[in-house]
Amino acid sequence: MTSVSALIEARSLEKRYPGVKAVDGLSFEVLPGQCFGLLGPNGAGKTTTLEILEGIQTPTAGEVLFRGRPLDLAFRQSIGIQFQATSLQDFQTVDESLRMFASLYARTADRDELIRLCNLAEILKRDTRKLSGGQRQRLLLAIALVNDPDLVFLDEPTTGLDPQARRNFWSLIKTVRARGKTVLLTTHYMEEAEQLCDEIVIVDRGRVIARGQPQALVHEHFPAAIVRLPAAAWPENESLPDYAERRDTVIELYADAVPPVLEYLERIGAGLTALRIDTPSLEDLFLKLTGHSLRA
Amino acid sequence: MWQRILAVLAARNREFYRDSAGLTWNLLMPVMMIIAFAFIFSGEPKALFKVGVIAPPATIDSAPAATSGFLATPHIDFIPVADDSDAVASAVTKVQRHQLDLLLDIRDGPAYWVNPDSANGDLVERLLLGAYARQDRAEPDGSPQRRAAAGEALSYADWVLPGVLAMNVMFSSLWGVGWVVVRYRKNGVLRRLKATPLRPIEFLSAQVLSRLIVVLTTSTLVYLGASMILDFPMRGSYAALLLVYTAGALCMISLGLTVSARLRTEELADGLLNLMSWPMLLLSGVWFSMEGTSTAAQAMSTLMPLTHLVDAARDIMIDGAGVLDILPQLGLLLGLAALLLVVAARFFRWE
Repeated sequence: MTSVSALIEARSLEKRYPGVKAVDGLSFEVLPGQCFGLLGPNGAGKTTTLEILEGIQTPTAGEVLFRGRPLDLAFRQSIGIQFQATSLQDFQTVDESLRMFASLYARTADRDELIRLCNLAEILKRDTRKLSGGQRQRLLLAIALVNDPDLVFLDEPTTGLDPQARRNFWSLIKTVRARGKTVLLTTHYMEEAEQLCDEIVIVDRGRVIARGQPQALVHEHFPAAIVRLPAAAWPENESLPDYAERRDTVIELYADAVPPVLEYLERIGAGLTALRIDTPSLEDLFLKLTGHSLRA
Repeated sequence: MWQRILAVLAARNREFYRDSAGLTWNLLMPVMMIIAFAFIFSGEPKALFKVGVIAPPATIDSAPAATSGFLATPHIDFIPVADDSDAVASAVTKVQRHQLDLLLDIRDGPAYWVNPDSANGDLVERLLLGAYARQDRAEPDGSPQRRAAAGEALSYADWVLPGVLAMNVMFSSLWGVGWVVVRYRKNGVLRRLKATPLRPIEFLSAQVLSRLIVVLTTSTLVYLGASMILDFPMRGSYAALLLVYTAGALCMISLGLTVSARLRTEELADGLLNLMSWPMLLLSGVWFSMEGTSTAAQAMSTLMPLTHLVDAARDIMIDGAGVLDILPQLGLLLGLAALLLVVAARFFRWE
């Protein structure tokens, strides 16, 4: 990947606060049309990194290039942002909020199409404070898209949504991508990253600890299957083989082929009633790499 | 640029008029205050005698015994008047308006001005003549010369109304923008706007315009309400009055924006706004004339924009001053407004 073709590029970003290094030398590029995921546990520096890329915060060191040039005022016209927590002005309807933000930009998306895309027709006249979580996220996405941006930033867009609303939002993002928008999102839902992202970086303590396509990354770090059984089912005097690991109350055995593992377990007399065989997921990878437990 | 300013302006206006509780408060409070004034000040002004004394400082010590006897009268406020024709003329006007009960000139042969229609003037005149009559036998330097200065009495309510309007402008302007900007910063509205091409000066201009509309509308309503309840003089032009309150509001709004340029909590904003507004309220001559107060207090007073707003408004309403007469105050208020707005835009932080 060369930096010439990148839409936006982070170069050795650092952000220091008194006593804390929130971002510690992050570099990556996002290609046009890509959906790029920034993953990491809480406090890993995701939001700070995103805000530096958005031009909302200035880095202590390093630089951000958009189309190969440093960020300028025109950059604001080309991007759309959905913040993790945004408060809109009180006493405005959905319609008025959309119009207000549209007026701030030189170029705007087609209004009717935006309303259709984000499914806002029924709530156009509603006060923005009376929206449900899902409706609110749809409005915030519409506001992020109001200037027909080339690059859309989504900071944990589905946090706090119920599973139904989350899936609806994912299909919305897929539609946005299908229109050629580049998307840069942060999330701590691994399923979200698997569903949406072409490429991810996993960030911990302000550093990139893994980077690649979600499936490729999982394959790189795991064999084909994970056999799981409760720790209580493990025979007392038997020590763990080197391809096994204990995670809290579960014992995980990593293997490319499942039958030999099952034979082994039978031989040592492990209890097999609660045994599960899983395909390794991004979540497994995440837990392995960050060593933190995820907040689902 | 104007498109962005107007968009933010419209949103802020909607927020203001749809917040029915806040709107009611903005309209009701000044009206309630006027009713209170009409009630409290419907009687005669307080019987505190005020006498102006024209004398170079040196002459007071060497004044004839009769004069110093009078100057020692308790319960009379003696206010020095400078020995120049402007100061004397304005003091005579005050006698006509019943703001001074008597004006005593002891530069040469004693002379005094008194308003024949003023009851207080009559009483103080008797005290003065009594003091000279007692001394006459020992020191026959002649009774002071009487000069009548007739004029329609100016009630306290008449005098205080331009100040109350100005005070309302001040509070509405300072809190109307200061508080709102800090709230926007705290709840993330500003953060969202920061991510757009909106520039600070555009955002601030929209806030200024929105608040200016609110302040001028409420002030007009209060003025109309007051004119129904009270019979106060309005000798100047409405255009001049509108101009001066507009300049005053712009100045106060810019001050509010400067205060709130970086604050993150409403509590601190509230404290700072109080810190600015209360001294102005006390030292700008809204409630009582700064006449006869200490030089330090008067110096402070001239530093406060509210003083100049109140002065200019009184000049227009009471003296019928035209735009040209109040140019100094207008220039000062508008200049300060521009300066503060630039400072606010420079210091402004979205978060």
